[in-house]
Order: sequence, then structure tokens, then C-alpha cells
Amino acid sequence: MIEVKDLHKSFGDAHILKGISTTFEKGKTNLIIGQSGSGKTVFLKCLLGLFEYEKGTIAYEGNIMSELTANEKRDLRAQIGMVFQGSALFDSMTIAENVMFPLRMFTKQSKSEMKDRVDFVLKRVNLPDAHKKMPSEASGGMQKRVAIARAIVNNPKYLFCDEPNSGLDPKTAIVIDNLIQEITDEYQITTVINSHDMNSVMEIGEKIIFLKDGYKEWEGSKDTIFKTDNDAVTNFVYSSNLFKKVRRMYIEENQ
Amino acid sequence: MKYLHNIGVYFLMIKDMFRKPTKWSVMRTLILKDIDDLIINSLGIVAFISFFVGGVVAIQTSLNISNPLIPKYLVGFATRQSIILEFAPTFISIIMAGKVGSFITSSIGTMRVTEQIDALEVMGINSLNYLVFPKFIALSLYPFIISIAMFLGVLGGLAACVYGGYGTLEDYIEGIQTDFIPFHIIYAFIKTLVFAFLLATIPSFYGYFMKGGALEVGKASTTSFVWTSVVIILANYFLTSLLLG
Repeated sequence: MIEVKDLHKSFGDAHILKGISTTFEKGKTNLIIGQSGSGKTVFLKCLLGLFEYEKGTIAYEGNIMSELTANEKRDLRAQIGMVFQGSALFDSMTIAENVMFPLRMFTKQSKSEMKDRVDFVLKRVNLPDAHKKMPSEASGGMQKRVAIARAIVNNPKYLFCDEPNSGLDPKTAIVIDNLIQEITDEYQITTVINSHDMNSVMEIGEKIIFLKDGYKEWEGSKDTIFKTDNDAVTNFVYSSNLFKKVRRMYIEENQ
Repeated sequence: MKYLHNIGVYFLMIKDMFRKPTKWSVMRTLILKDIDDLIINSLGIVAFISFFVGGVVAIQTSLNISNPLIPKYLVGFATRQSIILEFAPTFISIIMAGKVGSFITSSIGTMRVTEQIDALEVMGINSLNYLVFPKFIALSLYPFIISIAMFLGVLGGLAACVYGGYGTLEDYIEGIQTDFIPFHIIYAFIKTLVFAFLLATIPSFYGYFMKGGALEVGKASTTSFVWTSVVIILANYFLTSLLLG
């Protein structure tokens, strides 16, 4: 579990995060949503320790991140898997080498053990024959799946995804969403996803946090988001006519 | 103020480059790859340029000696001095700032743009040690390239002088042996090692701290070449004043 209390972050005079408090539970898919500029990426980067913050605490299983020693931080980061918006695969390595990278860096496994683990996770993300390809030879969807494989290869306790569906067609986006949710359930990972994709919100949002202008405007789930009367949330989530209709139908069906 | 800030960030980068070392089995692979990219792949262009510039220096010297009182062996002497003292260490370094420097800046800059550096940091890897330190070690073999440039420059001078009809083999050999001061070789290699350090770190600095997209990677490569060249020229001046002045 990750607990965030009263998190503040500024860049110069720009106050980006204004006292965010929330929890991300184990085995759940947590989504952070909000308009561009609402502070989602900054929030995610604070959670990952890529940005220092001025005030507040972030605690992983009760251990406050800012109080950890350098070695403890390194140990914590070895338990984190991250899927970047652009996949961030190392383009000088093959797909198998990319997936093996965290094992080479952080474990003392033999080559055959590492190879077995890479085979297993590549099969898990439905890429059993992609070992020797270079990232540039893989499609956007394949690259995302390789990024997920690399993120989970070292059995992380926490999985962070920044816009995992950006640039993907709707069908591939659903495949990626389902894969993330299956992995979260299967390995009981604490998953935090930064997303703009309303399909993801409706499909896998076991917990949803809506950020607006650096504040946490609303918190709920894929079920409660249909019923909310928070104008900021409804204006954002149901901005398209299709989603307005879906919401109306849902409300009518449940009355 | 911006320049002072950048200088401060550059020195902090160098300090961080030695912190939290990457696992040796991984680092060894990175060093070997960088030796191949930065040293071995530069041999061809360095050999080509050195040989022909050596030839040009010999021809120019020969054509400018019209006084019969000046001994013929001066062509070999002047070629050797020019090549060993300046051409091989300094001007090859400027060429390398273009070739190797642009490669380093663009490869690290692309990793920054495509979030590969963030991926390393999230994994708890010291990205500066992972990316810059192997280049620093690989370029410590830079004197090897400069030795080859010295040899081929003098050889190019000999070929141009003898086969171009500007002098005899005996005069040229006598020239390259005349008043030879071994310290000049030491001076050249001291400069070379300093330039190697600059070639590894300045382009890395511009790649690592770049912001923006693909266009900015190109701009960063150009800026990196300009500043690496400027610092090499300044370092050359101060080292020459210090060691030969």
C-alpha cells in the first residue's frame, strides 16, 4: 500500500500539487485522471521519487520515502516497475535484453535462470517469439507489452504506468488495460495508472482519483463515477456524447 | 549567470558520475561497446586525415623554403614538430569533437527525450555512472588514436616529400631525427588525456541535460561541438603555457 499525505510540489512560483492525500491499495488498479496541466505527471514522478517535494509524505508500506537512506531507496526502487508513455525501451538492446535488464542489474541469477524468467514474462504478455527483435522493429502495442514485461520481470510490488494507452488503437488499448489488470490481480501488485483514456476509467478503475488544478477534486471507483454529481468530474469524464449516453443508460438501468 | 550555473552543474555531473557504481558485469559490456563506438570506429577517419594533412604540411613547408641557406632536412623537422605538438593532439581532438562528441550528445539526448534515462533512474540506477563513466574509461584509450595520428602524419609527410619530388628520403629522415625532445611527446600525451576527458564529459553534459524533442537533440549536438572545441582550444593554450612556456 502507498499512502500519500498533504503532498505539495512547486516549480519556482508555480504551485503544482496543493496538498494531495490518498492511498493506493495492494492488488488494486488505481487510476489518476484529470485534464492536461492538472498535475498528474508531477504527482506520478513524486510517487516514483523522480521529483523532490516540499511538503507532505509518501509512505510505501509505512516507510516514509523522504526518510529512507540511499540504500533503502535503492531497495525500494528495485520493487517498482514502471511503464512509460513512450515505452522507454533501450533501443540499443533486443527485446529479450530489455526485459532481462532489471534481472542483470539487481539479481545474481544465472544466465539460464534469467533466460527462463524472460521467456515466462514474454509469454505472459503474449510475445513468445519476439526475443530477437529490436524495439524499432516492434509495433506500438508490442512495445507497450515489452515495457510491461520489463516492468514485471523482477516481481515488483508496485507498478506505475504513465498513459499506457496513448498512441494505441482502441482494440490494442483494451488488450493492454486487461493485461495490466490481470497482472495486478495475479501478483497482487499495487498498480497506479496515469490516464486520459475514459475506456480505461470505465474498464479497470478500481480506484479513481480526479485531479484538478493541483487539488484532489474527487475520489471513487468505476461504479461510483457514474453516479457522481461533481460537475468537474462529469464535465471531464462525460465530455463526449457517447459517454453522456452511456452514463444516462447506466443511471436509467439502475433506477 | 547561466554560464556559471552550467559550469556548476557540469562539475556536479562529474562528481555524480563516480557515485553509486553500476554492477561490474554490466559496466564491462558498456565499456567494451564504447571502446568500439568511440575509439575503434574513429581509427579510419583519423588515419585518413592524419596521413594527408602530414603530406600537406610537408609540401607547404617545402614550397616556402626558397632560401638555399636553409637546410633541406627542415621539411622533415617542421612536419614532425607540427604533427606531434599541435596537429595530432589538438586538431584531431577538434575533429573528434565533431565525430565522437556529436555521437555522444545525440545518443544520450535521444535517451533523455525518449524517457530511457528516466527509466534507468526509476530502476534505481545512477544514470550518469551508467551512461557517462564507460565513455570516460573508453576515451582514456584516446592517446592510442593520437599515437597513430602522429605516426601516419609523419609518414604522410615522408610520402608527399619523397614521391612528390620535394626532397630526398635521407633529408626527411634526418629532419625528423634532428633536435628531437622526448618531452614533446609527453607534453602531447598530457594534452591528449585532458582533451579525452573533455571529449567524454562536455558532450555528455549537453546530451544529459537537454530538454525538448528531436529538434533540440540536433541543437544540443551543435552546441556541444562548439563548446567542446572552445574548451579544447582554451585548455590547449593554458597547457602549452604551463608545460612549454
